[in-house]
Amino acid sequence: MTSAPVPVGLVVRLGDRILAALEGVGAFLLLATDCVRAAFARRFPFAETLLQFELLAVRSAPIVLLASTFTGMVLSLQTAFALSRFGAKPYVGSIVGLAIVRELGPVLAALMVAGRVGAGIASEIGSMRVTEQVDAIRAMGADPVQKLVLPRVIALTLGLPLLTLSAILLGVAGGMLVADLQFGISASFYLQTVTTTVTLSDLFAGVAKTFVFGWAVAMVGCYVGLGTEGGTAGVGRATTRAVVIASVFVLVSDYFLTRAIMLLPGDAWFAAMQRLFS
Amino acid sequence: MNSTQAGTAPIVLMEGVRKAFRGQDVLRGVDLEVAAGETYTILGGSGSGKSVCLKHMIGLLEADAGTIRVDGRDVTHLSESAWVPVRHDFGMVFQGAALFDSLSILENVAYPLREHRRWPEDRVRARVAECLEAVGLAGIEAMLPAELSGGMRKRVGVARAIALEPRIILYDEPTTGLDPANSRRIGVLIRSLQQRLGVTSLVVTHDLELCFAVSDRIGLLRDGRIAVEGDGQAIRESTDPAMQSFLGGDEPLPAATAG
Repeated sequence: MTSAPVPVGLVVRLGDRILAALEGVGAFLLLATDCVRAAFARRFPFAETLLQFELLAVRSAPIVLLASTFTGMVLSLQTAFALSRFGAKPYVGSIVGLAIVRELGPVLAALMVAGRVGAGIASEIGSMRVTEQVDAIRAMGADPVQKLVLPRVIALTLGLPLLTLSAILLGVAGGMLVADLQFGISASFYLQTVTTTVTLSDLFAGVAKTFVFGWAVAMVGCYVGLGTEGGTAGVGRATTRAVVIASVFVLVSDYFLTRAIMLLPGDAWFAAMQRLFS
Repeated sequence: MNSTQAGTAPIVLMEGVRKAFRGQDVLRGVDLEVAAGETYTILGGSGSGKSVCLKHMIGLLEADAGTIRVDGRDVTHLSESAWVPVRHDFGMVFQGAALFDSLSILENVAYPLREHRRWPEDRVRARVAECLEAVGLAGIEAMLPAELSGGMRKRVGVARAIALEPRIILYDEPTTGLDPANSRRIGVLIRSLQQRLGVTSLVVTHDLELCFAVSDRIGLLRDGRIAVEGDGQAIRESTDPAMQSFLGGDEPLPAATAG
């Protein structure tokens, strides 16, 4: 009777939290499998997928490209500034190129998209959920996963790598601009250092993970949106939650994906990429 | 006529249906049967679980216990894909109409047709025009849901629900948020669809005027069960305390002005 009840309550609450989190992961994986199944069901939603590609990927281009250009510029500024202390300024192109191609281009594009698109998907589907539009789709004998989730997931899984490629190009170009104007490193020399340092397998290592990021941002947005409860206030909460979860997913999975890609037999991938491009 | 007509099997049947949300009992054993062609109204206060009850019939919610039959077939625990053919028999009018904001009225009403019929475009358009005319809104195909008033949106919701010529129409609070004239129009619409198309209608409402205007039979949902059931007259004259408290409210309203 005298044993302290507080730790017990704490343990119970912690247990509840863990159970709820595991339940969430389970439900997320179920939605992901449903989505794969819907991809092979009859009547693939081509038109809606194209529309979502335009809305989610193409219209994200300005913000993603703006972010990557300025990141390339500031990275060039900082690198050249630091390198000039020990006379290594000519290496600017190599460092900026590697950093943007392998890491900054992909992750910045993914984070910008997690903010813009993750929020957009969660609030749109969340509003549809609380106004019973999702129920209406089901009531009319249609599948909300095929109608809502699948087009967005496919559009972003394919769209983010393309966004990333353009982000990388503009990031490197931004770096070139600053190197040339500010530090007198000629554009042709800068480009030469970039192309001799950065290989196709670096590009592959950078872009490959954005397929996973794109898939994850869309899936999280849809999952959180479909789980929205509690009217318009619920939609607001869902939107915030989607952005937070998607961003955390991008940042954490980035480390492990990068590690996994490094463990791959690099030569084999390089050969595969060369076959693809020849 | 206090029970369904002898000889006709109920088209919708619920037996001992229970449902709880987060440990909170909402339905505690609902029993009801609806005969083909009749209009049955589930009456109840806000939060009494009447919409929940309706959503079980079309598989939007799954019962914790009990049995639900549609046309004699046990549908209680059907999978989402097995529900699809059953839902062909249903049209549902949602509380807020639940029109798709991004689609025109044409595409909204055509939605079930495009999903389940492989019709040429002109046939789809003809059917949409027919449905819109049936609800008194001919010619608004090109408009967007946001451009319509609440009453018009509800009627478009009805047009969408009848597009596939369902045998059963479920109305979730069809008059909530509407002015008296629009409410009456909805009531007339429900009646005329039943008479013209011979559909079975299930109406969920707390609107007494609508309830008495359209119903063949009425069931009062209270404390998670159908507490009182009967035709309009029987309900009006019911002395059951549950009915009395629903009709009169548990406490009288204070007078608005003191003379």
